[in-house]
Amino acid sequence: MTESDVAVVGFAQAPNVRATHGTTNGVEMLVPVFDELLDGTGLSKKDIGFWCSGSSDYLAGRAFSFIAAIDAIGAFPPINESHVEMDAAWALFEAWVKIRTGEVDTALVYGFGKSSAGDLRRTLAMQLDPYFVAPLWPDSVAVAGLQARLGLDSGLFSEQQMAQVAARSRADAQRNPNAQVSGEVQVSDLLERPYVADPLRAHDCAPITDGASAVLLASADRARELRARPAWITGLEHRVESAQLGGRDLTASPSTSDAASAADATGVEVAELHAPFSHQEILLRTAIGLGESTRINPSGGALCGNPMFAAGLSRIGEAASRVWSGEAGKVLAHATSGPALQQNLVCVMEG
Amino acid sequence: MGKQIAAVLGTGQTRHASRRTDVSMAGLCREAVDRAMADAGVGWADVDAVVVGKAPDLFEGVMMPELMLADALGANGKPLLRVHTAGSVGGSTANVAASLVQGGVHRRVLAVSFEKQSESNAMWALSIMPPFSMPVGAGAGGYFAPHVRSYIRRSGAPEHIGAMVAVKDRLNGSKNPWAHVRQSDLTVESVLASQMLWDPIRYDETCPSSDGACAIVLGGESAAQAATQPVAWIHATAMRTEPTTFAGRDQVNPQAGRDAAAALWKQAGISDPLSEIDVAEIYVPFSWFEPMWLENLGFTDEGSGWRLTEAGETAIGGRLPINPSGGVLSSNPIGASGMLRFAEAAMQVMKRAGDHQVDGARTALGHAYGGGSQYFSMWVVGADRPGERS
Repeated sequence: MTESDVAVVGFAQAPNVRATHGTTNGVEMLVPVFDELLDGTGLSKKDIGFWCSGSSDYLAGRAFSFIAAIDAIGAFPPINESHVEMDAAWALFEAWVKIRTGEVDTALVYGFGKSSAGDLRRTLAMQLDPYFVAPLWPDSVAVAGLQARLGLDSGLFSEQQMAQVAARSRADAQRNPNAQVSGEVQVSDLLERPYVADPLRAHDCAPITDGASAVLLASADRARELRARPAWITGLEHRVESAQLGGRDLTASPSTSDAASAADATGVEVAELHAPFSHQEILLRTAIGLGESTRINPSGGALCGNPMFAAGLSRIGEAASRVWSGEAGKVLAHATSGPALQQNLVCVMEG
Repeated sequence: MGKQIAAVLGTGQTRHASRRTDVSMAGLCREAVDRAMADAGVGWADVDAVVVGKAPDLFEGVMMPELMLADALGANGKPLLRVHTAGSVGGSTANVAASLVQGGVHRRVLAVSFEKQSESNAMWALSIMPPFSMPVGAGAGGYFAPHVRSYIRRSGAPEHIGAMVAVKDRLNGSKNPWAHVRQSDLTVESVLASQMLWDPIRYDETCPSSDGACAIVLGGESAAQAATQPVAWIHATAMRTEPTTFAGRDQVNPQAGRDAAAALWKQAGISDPLSEIDVAEIYVPFSWFEPMWLENLGFTDEGSGWRLTEAGETAIGGRLPINPSGGVLSSNPIGASGMLRFAEAAMQVMKRAGDHQVDGARTALGHAYGGGSQYFSMWVVGADRPGERS
């Protein structure tokens, strides 16, 4: 085996909630998450070879917001550490590479985001081209609405199918104690609700969420010590597309397709997809080539809790936990970033 | 898996200036990228992944600008990673890019870092006062001045040391065609006569605020062997972090910097850095940080870094030339400043440093720090393959 030299061996997350009462950067959420993760593996912070995090200064409304997380770690003696201004799924990619160099044998990856600190829809407009697009303040939900409209008009899916995604997600989330939204709902009832941004209704959109999560990676030898059935990473790939919304086909996700193909997603039994909008789950299933036999988002997915900059990492933790439990032999986790699925990561794990 | 060999194949940087109103952020990055790719002799098809680094997004007012830069950086259809580790980010970006090669994930990686400070207001971006956090409303100089004063008190260094560094770095910068500030006429007396900004830091001992970008192309062993020009082999990389403040923290000689340096020298197989390193590009945004970092990096004993500076040993032609490019004191596009140090170190061992080339440079240090002197990234590059240094 050339790629299965690193495994996911631990996962912990904060409850996904509409708002926490902590500071604007939300690093307080990390303290119990680190405790839970380390306690679960019997490690202390001094045993961690490399730390890598994902977060956003713009979400916290301040420069260098991630520095406060170093206090949450209690990083003295000093730690070997790095940070990506991305969803922490990409921090996990950096940590996976670090273990592959042989320099370290464990890595703790974490992500955090307090969306309630600002106006998320307006904040995300700042991701767009600053010279020609962002000054128009295109709302992030409206941008996703354009994508959904294109998909509907192309006949790729129906509003009913979108509502079915939402209903299934909420039903599954009833078994996830950290979910923000859950419950039994009827598709017909959902379709009677008003539009938020035509053709998106509230249930088609991920809730605004505060949250944090952390994942522990280990090299082959360490992984076997730390967990009876590690989730071996057999493929980890990511790709980006153009930022120009008019410069790409919004009804397809070639970056996801390419990543899934390179990571060998064939035959996955469970897939945790980071789809903040119901129609994006349908687009992603097609892009990855997932059939009816693949169980999608048993955690409830991002529609039931979408902590910015941690939600993608949480997908990896959720998918890995299906391997640890023996529930699945091959799983897939997906993370997305940027407007309308611009950037996508696929992580395939096997027991 | 094991570690693969990695090397710098080429470097590129922009002309640095207070305001580059002639280019967008994308245009600024492309200036550096195009030069780096030409220097490395590679085309877009040769680039497997792109790594972008810059300091806080609030400096330009764009959230995650790497997303909108994907087109200009040729990243579409490829992996794109965005690193952010405060002021050390340029160095960290180079180190992360190196690890993508060393981890056997990619053959060639393009690393880009930039800051276009004129697009927004960096001072404003650093002055937001979040609740429950200690405010530092005096700018970076105001934050670091007490550390400098403490260094002077602890080491007994004479007052003119900071001025000597400023004179040396600005003279070096005048030989660097890309430098923002190019002054060959400073004297120790004139620096000491310049305005006091944050006692003991004077105007002429302070870095400028620059627009600029830096890019490097890294490759594995086969890519390096295919290069038509000399490459800079990566001998070691290191990064360390500690919290900003806590009781007993040594902000003059931070433990994270010492730990990173110790790990770096060990990985590079260096036991006596002062005799084994031929040239060093060190992150010196305020002149007094040269003697401070000389000690922190282990080039001298604690308290005696200034003696090396005073003896003129850190000038080109001295025992350990520091910042022959002019350093951060001559150009400071914050997000790119660390990568500029790493790239200039590579240029020295590739013998492509032009008028500021140090004769006989075969092993070089690139160094960056950030935050409240708490983030450190470093690398050692050499003209020889790792482990074959003569």
